[in-house]
Amino acid sequence: MHPAYSIIVFTTLSGLGYGLAVVLGLGFLDPSLLMTKLAYLTSLALISIGLAASLLHLGNPQRAWRALSQWRSSWLSREGVMAIATFVPLTLSAALAIFADRHDVILGFITVLGALVTVYCTSMIYASLKTVDSWHTKLTPLCFLLFSLAGGFLFASAFVGGNALVEELLALLFVLLALVAKLVWRNRATTLLPISTPETATGLGFIGKVRLFERPHALDNYLTREMGFRVARKHTAKLWVIAFVFGVALPILALLLAMTIGEGLTAQIALVFSVIAYVLGILVERWLFFAEAKHAVMNYY
Amino acid sequence: MTSLPQNRTAKKLGLVIDLDVCVGCHACVISCKEWNTGGYGSALSDQHPYGEDVSGTFLNRIHSFEVAPEGGQIIGEAGDARVVHFPKSCLHCEDAPCVTVCPTGASYKRTEDGIVLVDEDKCIGCGLCAWACAYGAREMDLAAGVMKKCTLCVDRVYNETLKQEDRVPSCVRTCPVNARHFGDLGDPNSDVAIMVVERGGFDLMPEQETRPTNKYLPPRPRKSLSESMPIIPLAENTEGARGFFAWLDKTLDRI
Repeated sequence: MHPAYSIIVFTTLSGLGYGLAVVLGLGFLDPSLLMTKLAYLTSLALISIGLAASLLHLGNPQRAWRALSQWRSSWLSREGVMAIATFVPLTLSAALAIFADRHDVILGFITVLGALVTVYCTSMIYASLKTVDSWHTKLTPLCFLLFSLAGGFLFASAFVGGNALVEELLALLFVLLALVAKLVWRNRATTLLPISTPETATGLGFIGKVRLFERPHALDNYLTREMGFRVARKHTAKLWVIAFVFGVALPILALLLAMTIGEGLTAQIALVFSVIAYVLGILVERWLFFAEAKHAVMNYY
Repeated sequence: MTSLPQNRTAKKLGLVIDLDVCVGCHACVISCKEWNTGGYGSALSDQHPYGEDVSGTFLNRIHSFEVAPEGGQIIGEAGDARVVHFPKSCLHCEDAPCVTVCPTGASYKRTEDGIVLVDEDKCIGCGLCAWACAYGAREMDLAAGVMKKCTLCVDRVYNETLKQEDRVPSCVRTCPVNARHFGDLGDPNSDVAIMVVERGGFDLMPEQETRPTNKYLPPRPRKSLSESMPIIPLAENTEGARGFFAWLDKTLDRI
């Protein structure tokens, strides 16, 4: 599948923003601290930038509001509705923390629920597509949720700075859980047998092996550009190593370093570094998520 | 509303495509583009039509496949290795995933006849329906930024200003070998439904569980080349010769 930058930026940033919203909603951070107020603003900014980016790939973004109407059947619509609905408790919680130094448990709980459901809806846009075998599994939402939570705790640790042992341990835990989930996901994706083949696509399997003799057009078309993306597949192995190093290895090393130091500027720098590395790692992971995905329509090409 | 019709539509307008007779001339591709670029919705744009990297929006495309049975590579042996021309357009599925994924309500399946359409004024051009379609039936028009798809020439089939014989999809009307047939597949007594039963018409990618309305008729079995070859080549066979040629044949034999 074609990895559109806008969608990669959207799923990465809003995923992290909702992860941070979950940690804030659970009340891990002291609302009287300046850093907590900044964390709220960061969470809102990440979500907003992500949503704005998602509009960029639309052919007619001026009608985007219509996407809120079909929540009965469409995961994309549900995601839009939930994203906007989650703004309400999150913004209220942020205002409460910024202006009144308070954390409200009920508002926090609604924020957590909204954020998790939104990330789930995002992942189901892809997981619900039967045409892409590697996405069509419950492991896809699991990976999206774990990546989001791992990012949230990494961000929270960086905002707390030193002496954030609980957040750091949870960040470590979720990074490792996300790694395991992703490895299982990837193992499935690389070993699965595609449900559709050129034989089922043409119905000519009863005669014999089907092979494309002549394409409908000499050059590319919308379908081959959108569903037949190949550039990243060439560098798959290298990109996986890069995603692992930035998304898992470096954040874990930085976390362990920060935990050993305890507090102070070095610990803070290490934690900020872990967040930056993690964001880069997730961007590469998301790129691969799209670029590696094979669509059933390519059985015709 | 992008939920599918509650009850399955009784009338199922669709196409039956005969893979045995399609010669791959692409006439339906051109006539489809010509009719639909000026018909329903925005035009079917081309990008760089006179440049090097030419591409454009089409609602109907012809692929050609080589089908080789085990051992079919040797000409005249297994007999059935063949090229099959394969027209492909929207199948107007009963369980159309392109409809249910649409976030705006632009995509819908008509309850009255099962035709799947896009209301272009509501389409935001997100492309998710094209991702949901296994058949590549939907193409985003890059100029208009909306999704285009086969309308089954809804602006022809009910068009009373046209002559009766023209009230069929443009591709069907144009096909020079009658490889494309249009009708109500929900009516077991319709010509198309009978054709499907008699010829063993099939669904494309049934495993995707989309229940396509359009059906494809399989290529008829062929005799192998060695079977159809006469034992004595025609030029050397004088059996059945009469009159002067019979006399000449006999005389020459005697010499």
